[in-house]
Amino acid sequence: MAIALGLTIPLFGMALMLLFGRWPNLRDTVMVLTAAGMFTTVLQLLPRVAAGERPSLHLFELMPGLSIAFEVEPLGMVFAMVASGLWIVTSLYAIGYMRGAKEKNQTRFYAFFAIALFSALGIAFAQNMFTLFVFYEILSLSTYPLVAHKGNEAAKRGARVYIGLLLGTSIGFMLLAIVGTWWLTGTLDFTDGGIMAGHVGHGMGAVLLVLYMFGIGKAALMPFHRWLPSAMVAPTPVSALLHAVAVVKAGVFTVLKVSIYLFGLDYMKELVTTDWIMYVAAFTMIAASLVAIQQDNLKARLAYSTVSQLSYIVLGAMLVSQLSAIGGGMHIVMHAFGKITLFFCAGAIYVATKKTEISQMDGLGRRMPFTMGAFLLGALCVIGAPPMGGLWSKWHLILGAADTGQLLMIGVFLVSTLLNIAYLIPPVLRAFLRPPKDGYTGGIREAPLLCVAPLTFTALGAFALFFLAGPLRGLLSGMFPA
Amino acid sequence: MIDHLPALQVVLPLLAAPLLLFMVRWPTLAWAFTTAVAWATFFVAALLLEQVWGGAVISYAHGGWEPPFGIEYRVDTVNAFVLLIIAGISAIVMPFARDSVEQEVDSNRIAWFYSAFLLANAGLLGIAITGDAFNIFVFFEISAIASYALIAMGRDRRALLSSFNYLIMGTIGTTFLLIGIGFMYMMTGTLNLADLAERLPEVRDTTTIRAAFAFIAVGVSLKLALFPLHLWLPNAYTYAPSMVTVFLSATATKVAIYVLLRFFYSVFGAEFSFGELPMDHVLMPLALLGILLPSIVAIFQDDVKRMLAYSSVAQVGYIILGISFATTLGLTASMLHLFNHAITKAALFMALGAIVYQIGGTQLTRMAGIARDMPWTMAAFVIGGLSLIGVPLTAGFITKWYLLLAALDSGYWPIAVFLLATSLLAVIYIWRVVEVAYFRERPADAPVVSEAPLALLLPTWTLALASILFGIYTALPVGAASRAATILMGGY
Amino acid sequence: MEWLGLFNYWVVVVLMMTGFYVVIAQGNLIKKIVGLNIFQTSVFIFYISLSKLEGGTAPIYVEGITAYSNPLPHVLILTAIVVGVALTAVGLALAVRIHEAYGSIEEDEIQAQDEEDARNT
Repeated sequence: MAIALGLTIPLFGMALMLLFGRWPNLRDTVMVLTAAGMFTTVLQLLPRVAAGERPSLHLFELMPGLSIAFEVEPLGMVFAMVASGLWIVTSLYAIGYMRGAKEKNQTRFYAFFAIALFSALGIAFAQNMFTLFVFYEILSLSTYPLVAHKGNEAAKRGARVYIGLLLGTSIGFMLLAIVGTWWLTGTLDFTDGGIMAGHVGHGMGAVLLVLYMFGIGKAALMPFHRWLPSAMVAPTPVSALLHAVAVVKAGVFTVLKVSIYLFGLDYMKELVTTDWIMYVAAFTMIAASLVAIQQDNLKARLAYSTVSQLSYIVLGAMLVSQLSAIGGGMHIVMHAFGKITLFFCAGAIYVATKKTEISQMDGLGRRMPFTMGAFLLGALCVIGAPPMGGLWSKWHLILGAADTGQLLMIGVFLVSTLLNIAYLIPPVLRAFLRPPKDGYTGGIREAPLLCVAPLTFTALGAFALFFLAGPLRGLLSGMFPA
Repeated sequence: MIDHLPALQVVLPLLAAPLLLFMVRWPTLAWAFTTAVAWATFFVAALLLEQVWGGAVISYAHGGWEPPFGIEYRVDTVNAFVLLIIAGISAIVMPFARDSVEQEVDSNRIAWFYSAFLLANAGLLGIAITGDAFNIFVFFEISAIASYALIAMGRDRRALLSSFNYLIMGTIGTTFLLIGIGFMYMMTGTLNLADLAERLPEVRDTTTIRAAFAFIAVGVSLKLALFPLHLWLPNAYTYAPSMVTVFLSATATKVAIYVLLRFFYSVFGAEFSFGELPMDHVLMPLALLGILLPSIVAIFQDDVKRMLAYSSVAQVGYIILGISFATTLGLTASMLHLFNHAITKAALFMALGAIVYQIGGTQLTRMAGIARDMPWTMAAFVIGGLSLIGVPLTAGFITKWYLLLAALDSGYWPIAVFLLATSLLAVIYIWRVVEVAYFRERPADAPVVSEAPLALLLPTWTLALASILFGIYTALPVGAASRAATILMGGY
Repeated sequence: MEWLGLFNYWVVVVLMMTGFYVVIAQGNLIKKIVGLNIFQTSVFIFYISLSKLEGGTAPIYVEGITAYSNPLPHVLILTAIVVGVALTAVGLALAVRIHEAYGSIEEDEIQAQDEEDARNT
């Protein structure tokens, strides 16, 4: 029941928003209420899932054995909570940002935003790979208008790369893998321990794994990562919620789901390509960080940082240990809070000063101390430094690597962390330690309250997660029932 | 009455056509009458499908002359399904036709126009229902002659030459078919399809029968626009009146494909066509090229109607590909695509018809920013486009799913990859239109337009929603298609 | 000398190829239709030839005669002739309309006009 409600609320909200398009205040209120309603509905499922139950909902059967159906398991629960919870914050932030930046077509923007959240929830709750694929594609399509929102040449070009890569990989590789899986095993249901073992030979399995991993373009494995920097032409709320949380996490979430419930960790251990993908992920992690260091545009730097961080989770899945898979699941949450904070800050800086480049940020800390303070917290969370939640996910990932004896991967994690510091801390230092270039002395002039309050909140959230890691880990262990 | 359903299926539109000439002075009456006939025909087709759903075969002897001596109408699930597609599309296109035809055709010719439409309809239904080889030729010509007239009524003068070229190519195609039938008659002394199927095995290993096969294959391939025999199609579809394009794109090539299936599988038998003769090795490369090249050409078209016409050639390629696998699964995919593509393409061409109605053309430059003024029309176009691409939960996806399974099942991994890659080409050409219509500003000198009238929107949306519905509720099309495939594989 | 016995089939082949060639090679629309007619006529002759039985007479029941020619192809070809006439009529009507619209029935001239139109818009 809660599943159906959770899925209908954003659609209903979208309809109301379209209806109230002429009255911005009413429309925006509806949006916040929709987000809140969705979050509370999702939250109601938590106790049941925590108790080991798996609530489910069967919608309809497309072809015999192929259904649109939902089932909530721990990983999906976590993803759903993160996406819907952060939507509340983002919707408040979006009101401040969109009005502050005087963007056009706000109703259309919010409507597609709601569809995107709807499909993220569909992905989170999907009971089989087919359902997941359907919502995955809806998510790609519904975010296209958001990326192309500004309507100028740059936005359209970015949006074309975005949709081209996402649809291209998902149709070209993932759909092929799905049809192949169906043909070989006769089912696409997510099952504990996987469905491949016993049906699919190791050679074929290895091919399928490669198709899946590159087919899930949203996980931004190199060389199919270009869409993410391209998507940065979108207004900041999109970059923050969708391209730091909902869309990209849908990607790595799918990677985890496929690894754990389609292949099964035991089966995956025996595939030769698991190691290959692991090295690709490791390479992506380092290479994207190196690119990030060279970016002067703040959002572009954050985007490449996201590419790098997503590979942490893919790597976590490819290490094929329960510990690292749990670490990957935790990283979905930790990175979400850290990165959304950073994007909120970038947006707030843009709204308040129209600055987009890091080299312009000298002395900004005096003018926007809250924003830059939150930026520091977010950065620490992404780096994985105490006392932020990011520490624990990295901890588990590294433990997983040690567990499986992949010492090289431990090294990769450590090098990547150093690179994280190298590209996230300088903007903070610039802002606080250098004098403003333009000789600004006007005192504190922050972005609108609706921008600053959400970013403060998420920064504190990233801090709070340092203490909440235990329960989160407990919930995620439910992925592997004894 | 119920016994005479097979005859009614064809006779109804055939007899109604001349009656329309009494209504030349009242175009609206002519429209209403045609609509009533089209819906009655649809009703008959639905009843027929219902009767043969369980696997029964209806044999109807014309004038009481028993087959194989007289002309037999023979209905099984295969052609009942095709009949339903033709009759269904012509029924649903009629409400759309009124405004569209009124604008595009002179009012004193409207009754003639509908008369030709009913004749074309009767011809297509006749091809599908008859169990007699020579009868197939006659009905092919009835529908073709009526189609030439319909296409020539397009407003653009280029419609005339397109129609003329179609006439030349079409006549060559049907004459080839006639020669092939002659050869078969020479060897077996019968024209009844079921009887032919029975007698052919004895004489199968002769040059004459192989020549018959070749003539029929080439002749029908011309009619169904198999690449590279498709040259008549793009112009004919582009310059025909909107309603004619909708009707022909959804039905004419489909019926020709049905005839190909009938001859290859039922009359000659799969074993002969694909075992002794290498038709799979002939059809498959043509199908693959026919998917790839027209899709690429479609990307570079500036007229959206023309773009969709090239896309139609590509879609024929998909259907032929399924046939070339020569497996039940492949045939299921092909039969399914007959249905799904008919709905999808009709929806798309209807949306374009609505745009023609409002702005007078479908050139991309004229469609800039049109989505703001005509949101409903463009939304329907997008839905149709998604189905054409094969996005999940649309009818197009179901076809693609089966086609992929069929490719894997026959061990053609590279073809599965190829299929997915080419659907990305569809993404590109549909997306070009979407981008222009939604994300480009309306030019300052463009006339102010409003949304198309409800009479155009309702049928368009009916088909757009149908292409979603049949992507979710698949029992009817998949059930019919897989039954039809089983029957075809089993011979007559 | 068996091939001489198939004399009428050779006529069919020659006519068919002639007609086909004219349809393809001629740019004049009327000549195309003429070619199409020749092409179809060859098929008519083909059908009539195959119905002829050596020593057979017209299929009228007469005492003492046992071999008849097959009447069915004649009937078929009557239908096909009607179809051919209808096609010719439609083709000619189209040619007239094309002449009204373009002032020419030469294919290359018409195409040149269309291309010019395309350039102007």
